[in-house]
Amino acid sequence: MTRTLWDSSVGKKTIMAVSGLIMLGYLVAHMVGNLKIFFGPGEFDRYAHWLRTMGDPVLHYSWGLWLVRVVLVAAVVLHGVSAYQLSRRDIKARPAKYVHTKPRASYATRTMRWGGVILALFIVWHILDLTTGTVHSGGFQEGHPYQNVVDTFSTWYGNVIYIVAVLAMGLHVQHGFWSAAQTLGVGNATRDRVLKTLANLLAAVLTLGFVSVPVAVMTGVVS
Amino acid sequence: MKLTLRVWRQQNAEAPGAMATYEVDGISRDMSFLEMLDTLNEELILAGDEPVAFDHDCREGICGACSLVINGDAHGPERTTTCQLHMRSFQDGDTIDVEPWRASAFPVVKDLVVDRSAFDRIIQSGGYISAPTGTAPDAHATPVPKPDADFAFEHAECIGCGACVAACPNGSAMLFTSAKVNHLNVLPQGTPERETRVLDMVATMDDEGFGGCTLTGECATACPKGIPLPSIAAMNKEWLRATRKVRR
Repeated sequence: MTRTLWDSSVGKKTIMAVSGLIMLGYLVAHMVGNLKIFFGPGEFDRYAHWLRTMGDPVLHYSWGLWLVRVVLVAAVVLHGVSAYQLSRRDIKARPAKYVHTKPRASYATRTMRWGGVILALFIVWHILDLTTGTVHSGGFQEGHPYQNVVDTFSTWYGNVIYIVAVLAMGLHVQHGFWSAAQTLGVGNATRDRVLKTLANLLAAVLTLGFVSVPVAVMTGVVS
Repeated sequence: MKLTLRVWRQQNAEAPGAMATYEVDGISRDMSFLEMLDTLNEELILAGDEPVAFDHDCREGICGACSLVINGDAHGPERTTTCQLHMRSFQDGDTIDVEPWRASAFPVVKDLVVDRSAFDRIIQSGGYISAPTGTAPDAHATPVPKPDADFAFEHAECIGCGACVAACPNGSAMLFTSAKVNHLNVLPQGTPERETRVLDMVATMDDEGFGGCTLTGECATACPKGIPLPSIAAMNKEWLRATRKVRR
């Protein structure tokens, strides 16, 4: 009775774990890149330009970036579809609730599903705001990301949307990283503390790193 | 002790159920939870009412028959089976909610009794070893390293009560299945079926309609035998290994 990864609940969790780790790797790189904003518009904009020329001269202009985008879109879609299908399965497996209920699992664990939905919606807004400029506040300038970032975080809603999403991301990473380790069979009793600490550390560093940008704009450190 | 019980009553699998309230008096603190229910049932029978149906067998905490969710906890507030739970864990005047295991793979048969044959079918699909018939082999014929023997024994403790499924918000049987897989897969006696065991048991688990694991850890907290949560990771590792091996 061999089944493909997609046909098994354990296999689908594996797909979620791998796609999640791909996105997590991207988040770390993205967060580190964001911090370049503290070195001024020249360096930040040059970094943004490099993202389009990376791999040159092997790769044509922005091919490298599109390669990353294709991998990320695939990861998001696989992660989302697996999550949806597994959630459907989970809800069906437990149709009747207990009369006597009490909240149990940690907040991060309980908010994985809706947190994921929030993140998906945020990604759409984030791209429309700072990549295409469709919903950008003020004049969106292609090739001037520093100014665009300052514009976004000069609006109250830009800050609120971003910070809520980053907090949701932190919670998602906290439970998600540790869970991925379990799904991939890396977790065991002796490694558990290390994995939990690593998950907490990743969540904290990513949250602080991302939140530092809107906070810097609000406080005038970046303007 | 005087207690108020709110018990799930359901005539049969098709009938709708509801919580019914009963008062019981004269309960000793030394009674087990099941003896307290026996007391209630005696009173119900004397009054001409239908007694509450519940599963029980050995009443020693080793058979895995008893299965009650007490105040929202599988097997109640102590980390043990319902039969080994004593009334001293409750206070005089308490109101206690008693419900059956809840999972679509464990349909209610009557009142607090659920059909756990899905577990039997998971066992049938891989919970065996190939052993030659004839005289019993010498005990030292197959050496087993001590850590492996300990690991196997830790998982062999699973009594298949289903508390893990009852406690899981997804009705997942991952802890149960992992206990069975890990128990046999680590031993040399279980090696011939190492790959097919984990693949078949996980496939049967899925087919029976159990949910997936979201690592909330409720199962390991509820388990009266202390099967640890990392057992699930160990089974995932076996599953991934088997998937690679079988493809080759």
